[in-house]
Amino acid sequence: MKLRKVIPALIPFLVVTLALEWLVRAGWIKAFLVPPPSAVFQTMVHDWPELFGALAKTSTGALLGFALSAAGGIAIAVFLSSSRAIQDAFYPYAVFFQTVPVIAIAPLLVIWFGYGMRTVVASAFLVSIFPVIANTLTGILSTDPALRDLFRLYGASSAATLWKLRFPAALPQILTGLRIAGGLAVIGAIVGEFIGGQGLGSVVDIARTQQRTDKVFAAVLLASALGLALFGFINLLSWLALRRWHASEQS
Amino acid sequence: MTEVPTGTARGVAVRLNKIQRAFGELVVIDDLTLDIAAGEFLAILGPSGCGKSTLLRIIAGLNAPDGGTLRVNPADTKFQTAFVFQDAHLLPWRTVLENAALPLELMGVGRSERLARASRVLAEVGLREAEGRYPSQLSGGMRMRVSLARALVTEPRLLLLDEPFAALDEITRFRLDIRLRDLWLERGMTVIFVTHSITEAAFLADRAVVLTRRGRGIRLDRRLALPRVRSNELRLSPLLAGEMQMLLSAMEEEG
Repeated sequence: MKLRKVIPALIPFLVVTLALEWLVRAGWIKAFLVPPPSAVFQTMVHDWPELFGALAKTSTGALLGFALSAAGGIAIAVFLSSSRAIQDAFYPYAVFFQTVPVIAIAPLLVIWFGYGMRTVVASAFLVSIFPVIANTLTGILSTDPALRDLFRLYGASSAATLWKLRFPAALPQILTGLRIAGGLAVIGAIVGEFIGGQGLGSVVDIARTQQRTDKVFAAVLLASALGLALFGFINLLSWLALRRWHASEQS
Repeated sequence: MTEVPTGTARGVAVRLNKIQRAFGELVVIDDLTLDIAAGEFLAILGPSGCGKSTLLRIIAGLNAPDGGTLRVNPADTKFQTAFVFQDAHLLPWRTVLENAALPLELMGVGRSERLARASRVLAEVGLREAEGRYPSQLSGGMRMRVSLARALVTEPRLLLLDEPFAALDEITRFRLDIRLRDLWLERGMTVIFVTHSITEAAFLADRAVVLTRRGRGIRLDRRLALPRVRSNELRLSPLLAGEMQMLLSAMEEEG
């Protein structure tokens, strides 16, 4: 069953890869602009120790940033949901925050956090927190009013209402927010690494100056693989949390 | 004033005095006075927008009246009121058993005791087999029975129901009507049942009140002359038809 879902997605990949290989070998595309897939594969094998080390760094940065925005985003959304006034006072800033392009403030991050991991984590965190806040807040605020009445009728404290009603009711939206945040955290980590000087971002940056497009492609593929793995991990979490009760995880 | 259904008087009396409630400019309840005896099964009927749901929410304490007083007697017990909504409104991430136990959990009853009590009340509504299932795996009628079990699990002295069976198919509704009536006979609580169905009001209640449009008082307040134990045979009897005729005329004067 699983295989039948994977095969259709593999066919375009194979067709494009083979076509690209042929187009480059036939001289239609210059190899220094787009390397043939076989060369990318060779680079991947040859430079594996370096690439793997970079991947490990990028993964660490992206995962730390993602974990911070998941925890921070949910906490901020819970805080915002506590009253209409608090929401009116702070939510506009969360939106404003979202519109600041991370690439523009990345140099500032280096000034604040120095070269290395802390800048990467900060960058991944900054780009990925907003979808967590927005989705969690929407989820918490759209809790069934009748159920809120029910909790009130039995004298539930606001902590109990949050923990036993609002939070679980918001879980599907929270997981949607996390799914978006996962992809963004990888992007944020790479951006941070362009400036912060480590990981796959740094490999891309250096290979670019050396005209090593094969290496750029190899690094980009690994970054995508990281994004996919994170996406898959969140889908697994979602399945574990929702499979028993939510329509999105029931077929 | 009213007969008490069982040997022990568990129900509370409710006294509404000159209740007023408006939403902005719109007056929904105007100067309504109504006495409900302990252990009574009362149906409140009325056209849409007559304020019957609002009235129920005021009795539950979910909304405060703008004016007038509400007295529940005896008033000393906490959590004596239970409310059943139009739809089941269950927590979809909890099993049937955990849903039925929710009120006890919120009141701070320990886990093993609350699950045992929930299990007992689920058996009373015929859901013993479904304890471990999730709401999405149940039919609409079963979900409503869980909702009823959840309301009954605290052994309320006042049970408020807001058109609870309106969305169900007729056979399921007939069955739940009888089940509810039996539960009332067994438990002796006060029941206030809001509905727009004349058939259901007449079949279920001992006393029916027809509200006027915009809650400007009571059009008809009638004690129904029907047997205490109700069964489906009653549905086709001239006795019920006669009572329905009375309610229908009162409703039509309002329409």
